[in-house]
Amino acid sequence: MSRDTEQKYRSCTLSCKQERVEKRKQAVSALRAAFPHTVPVLTGFMVLGIAYGVLMQAKGYGVLWSVSMSALAFCGSMQYVAITLLTTVFDPVQAFLLSVMVNARHLFYGLSMLEKYKGVGKIKGILIFMLCDETFSISYAVEPPEGVERKFFYFWISLLDYGYWVTATFLGGLLGNVLHFNTEGLDFVLTALFVVLFLEQWKVKENRAAGVIGMACAVISLIVFGSANLVIPAMVLILTTLLCGGKLGLLPGLVEKRKD
Amino acid sequence: MILTPVQTIMMIAAIAFGTMLTRFTPFLLFPEKKQPPRVILYLGSVIPCAMMGLLVVYCLRNVSFLSGAHGLPEALAILLIIVLHRWKHHTLLSIGGGTLCYMILV
Repeated sequence: MSRDTEQKYRSCTLSCKQERVEKRKQAVSALRAAFPHTVPVLTGFMVLGIAYGVLMQAKGYGVLWSVSMSALAFCGSMQYVAITLLTTVFDPVQAFLLSVMVNARHLFYGLSMLEKYKGVGKIKGILIFMLCDETFSISYAVEPPEGVERKFFYFWISLLDYGYWVTATFLGGLLGNVLHFNTEGLDFVLTALFVVLFLEQWKVKENRAAGVIGMACAVISLIVFGSANLVIPAMVLILTTLLCGGKLGLLPGLVEKRKD
Repeated sequence: MILTPVQTIMMIAAIAFGTMLTRFTPFLLFPEKKQPPRVILYLGSVIPCAMMGLLVVYCLRNVSFLSGAHGLPEALAILLIIVLHRWKHHTLLSIGGGTLCYMILV
């Protein structure tokens, strides 16, 4: 190796090293910024995830099965529905269809995150894989603080929430029969999280019309179709109302947003 | 009745596939390189707030207003969250206070 190329090589490895150190620093600062926002999810997922593990155990599905379900499907409410499916006649087609229906709301989360997840690079697949109700609401509502890179911030919120759920399932499946503590009402923490994130959106005037539409459509759908079938009719109602409202210009907030 | 291991694996795969279909479809339909139609951009900007409204109702879907506590604990806890949040603007405080209030009430 000539001196020249050797020098080039050295300076390259040096800059690569610096780059790596810099990247790690950014990742750590993003983790610090993301973690506090996920604490309510940690609390809620611990309660619901442990309960899921315990319930699966009680139906004869050990920790291996419950953790596999949590890690691969990662879909809270559908996993509870699936417990019933796992204890009746084998019907994977029905399970698939039900899973699409119960999880249809993810379609709307995806549409909402198209712009935010633009340009995050290789991790995009992981972010989409982990996009649940809580991760969507936090990632959408919370702006990463200055100096924190957007993609790392999203990555940590997604990974932390996912990790909480899988860990809680594991704990439930493993220690479920030993653990006895009074957590009645603690799962309300997730309701509280959504209420607060809704209030945060409410601060921006242009958001209010859409927020009210969402709530009203969900309430109508709840009254007409009942609590078990509320989501899809509510989504259809929301979609129709938002499209009509935007087209006709009936809702000032919606029209204003459409211009930009 | 418990399914056999192979059947259980197939069930998990079916449920995971259904879930992932709902998560990946929007991103597959509108990849980054292509500019999505304006109506999709419009929906993407108004749907989130609507969905957060829906999620609040969704969380409360099993509360019965006609019997039991008539949804009073939920109503009081949410009221406290609103007041706390207006007053202190501190997310964790509002969530923690509301949850604690609810746990005491039930």
